[in-house]
Amino acid sequence: MTTQFVIDGLKAAIDGKEILKGINLEIKGGEIHAIMGPNGTGKSTLASALMGHPKYEVTEGTATLDGEDLLEMEVDERARAGLFLAMQYPSEIPGVTNSDFLRSAINARREEGNEISLIKFIRQMEGKMKDLEMNPEFAHRYLNEGFSGGEKKRNEILQMMLLDPKIVVLDEIDSGLDIDALRIVSNGVNAMRSEERGFLIITHYQRLLNYIKPDFVHVMMQGRIVKSGGPELAERLENEGYDWVKEELGIVDETVGQA
Amino acid sequence: MSTQLTTPTDRQSAEALARSKGEPDWLVAQRGEAAELAGTIGWPKPEKVRIERWNLTAVGRYEKPAAAGAVSELPAIVRELVSEGTENLLVQRNSGAVWKQVAGELSGKGVIFTDLETACREHGDLVQQYLFKAVSKDEDKLTALNAAIWNGGVFVYVPKNVEVELPLQAILYNDDQESTFAPHILIVADNHSRVTYVDCVITDPAAAASPFVHPSIVEVFVKPGAHVRFGSIHSMGETGVDMTIRRAVIENDGRIEWIIGDLNDGNTLSETKSVLKGQGSTSDAKVISVGKNAQQNSLTTQAVHFGKSSDSNMVTRAVMKDSASAIINGITKIEHGATKANGVQTEKVLMLSPKARGDANPILLIDEDDVTAGHAASVGQVNPEQVYYLMSRGISKQDAERLIIYGFLAPVVSEIPIESVRGQLQRLLERKLEG
Ligand SMILES: Nc1ncnc2c1ncn2[C@@H]1O[C@H](COP(=O)(O)OP(=O)(O)OP(=O)(O)O)[C@@H](O)[C@H]1O
Ligand SMILES: [Mg+2]
Repeated sequence: MTTQFVIDGLKAAIDGKEILKGINLEIKGGEIHAIMGPNGTGKSTLASALMGHPKYEVTEGTATLDGEDLLEMEVDERARAGLFLAMQYPSEIPGVTNSDFLRSAINARREEGNEISLIKFIRQMEGKMKDLEMNPEFAHRYLNEGFSGGEKKRNEILQMMLLDPKIVVLDEIDSGLDIDALRIVSNGVNAMRSEERGFLIITHYQRLLNYIKPDFVHVMMQGRIVKSGGPELAERLENEGYDWVKEELGIVDETVGQA
Repeated sequence: MSTQLTTPTDRQSAEALARSKGEPDWLVAQRGEAAELAGTIGWPKPEKVRIERWNLTAVGRYEKPAAAGAVSELPAIVRELVSEGTENLLVQRNSGAVWKQVAGELSGKGVIFTDLETACREHGDLVQQYLFKAVSKDEDKLTALNAAIWNGGVFVYVPKNVEVELPLQAILYNDDQESTFAPHILIVADNHSRVTYVDCVITDPAAAASPFVHPSIVEVFVKPGAHVRFGSIHSMGETGVDMTIRRAVIENDGRIEWIIGDLNDGNTLSETKSVLKGQGSTSDAKVISVGKNAQQNSLTTQAVHFGKSSDSNMVTRAVMKDSASAIINGITKIEHGATKANGVQTEKVLMLSPKARGDANPILLIDEDDVTAGHAASVGQVNPEQVYYLMSRGISKQDAERLIIYGFLAPVVSEIPIESVRGQLQRLLERKLEG
């Protein structure tokens, strides 16, 4: 059975302020969806609400992964059910080495007594780090501590590769990446494309979508998906900006949640 | 019943006890004087902790130690702490030494490793030069009390140019809380010598729990060019009060490394101070503490710089659970004339419950211009963003918090230079954190 991720009428609030005003989106295994949209329109909020960030309160709607209700689950259960979010601003965790963290995350998906062997783990980790052209020392560094913006993004992709999720949400994975890193990270994502895996890619730039060809492009404004199309939509946005969309839809202020 | 005296001891009984143990006259006199002092001066007054509210009177009575015939006769809780082999091992039970052994090769080189009572009898002249010379008996009631009643204890002497490869290990424990348990540890490392000393101070959990006080003093003399590593883990029971004063005097180009694990279950006053007397002398102090229940901890590290180009580094990290509290003081003092001195310190407290309390007080007192100094301090709770991040990778909340807590302590634990101490600390830490 191929993966099926369905978001239906999702509304979410932060500090009592409604940010997501009803999101509908369906992602099947093998598909790549891109979400674009001006700053402050709710893109990261959507990602956080799906993952279950404690600050975001889902007030209405559902999100199901292969029929299972994600929103009923704790954050860690959502991850184990197959959801992965590469965050716009990954946390730094001092004192916890990247490799200890990765091993804990892998073992969290395995039965007690059936933990991954150290040798096998190291082989896997080193292999993926090589694919991402990461210096092996990053395995022993404390998780994200003192990583540059681009290094953090690469580390998010490393986690994605090792955790083998069904639905991947990438929140501005391209921000802070230099030209070479953008290519490397995109190759990493493309290598993970499969019939069982769906992607939701949040980005501001067509650049990324040249490397990772989306099947669908959605525009977000005012906490809603206001327009959807194919790859040509991203190209037009890159060339012309958002004004034409706003005009077409009669939107004056595209942001959401601003007093 | 423990001895419950407002003045914990008096001149007559201190002198009588010393005489009955066959102690030399100078020591009998020192104890008598100290006992009298103890009746007249006050307890130490650490920042923001009222230790006089603790039960400080249960000093107990002297119990004559009965020597163990073999290591195998020692209780399991002691045997499991033997990490350095039994070649160089000293064990104190309650009021005195019950086991001691030192490798023939070391005694052949002139190294002394014995209990302090024996050292006072057999090496009186040497001991007298150093005993109560780093810590003065009239500083406060605690130092006077220790001077009056100290028992068992440890004496280490390493002659000039001798390097002791293996750590010397002492295990000090009490299993009768009515007995006086008041060690004094004295270490003298002569010019260009090297030595590592490690100890564990514990309570037998099977012992009947009643209040007890552990007034303890550590004095370390680091002679020119000598290098001393001192590792100590305290893990005494809930009914105990641990008051331990550690002090080192470091001469030219000497170095001391302190590794302290304050893991008691009872109230704790722990003070670790390096007096950097000599030019180019250096000190590195690492202190780890975990508090639980309603435990109160006053943890102080201090470096006093007199020597030019002297260097000190102090790190304290504490995790407080339940309604435990930790008041952490770091004091870097650079005296006038200590040019090119450098002193840095960091204190951090992680609180695991809303009722836990932490306080970090970094203090720099600098009377010289040509120096460098720095401090950092933080007190906080487990960061929910970090928990969320780890959980978003499938790690359970409990494991995420564990990773963060161990991560908080890891930068200090992983740098502990003595492998056995690192291992023991890790094991005891886990026990206290999970328990
Ligand atoms: N934790 C928060 N606390 C307060 N306001 C928040 C929080 N998270 C989001 N918001 C508000 O919700 C609105 C949408 O923010 P969101 O981060 O979802 O935007 P975005 O579309 O991802 O923007 P960008 O392109 O700049 O990343 C903004 O007005 C933002 O200030
Ligand atoms: Mg965003």
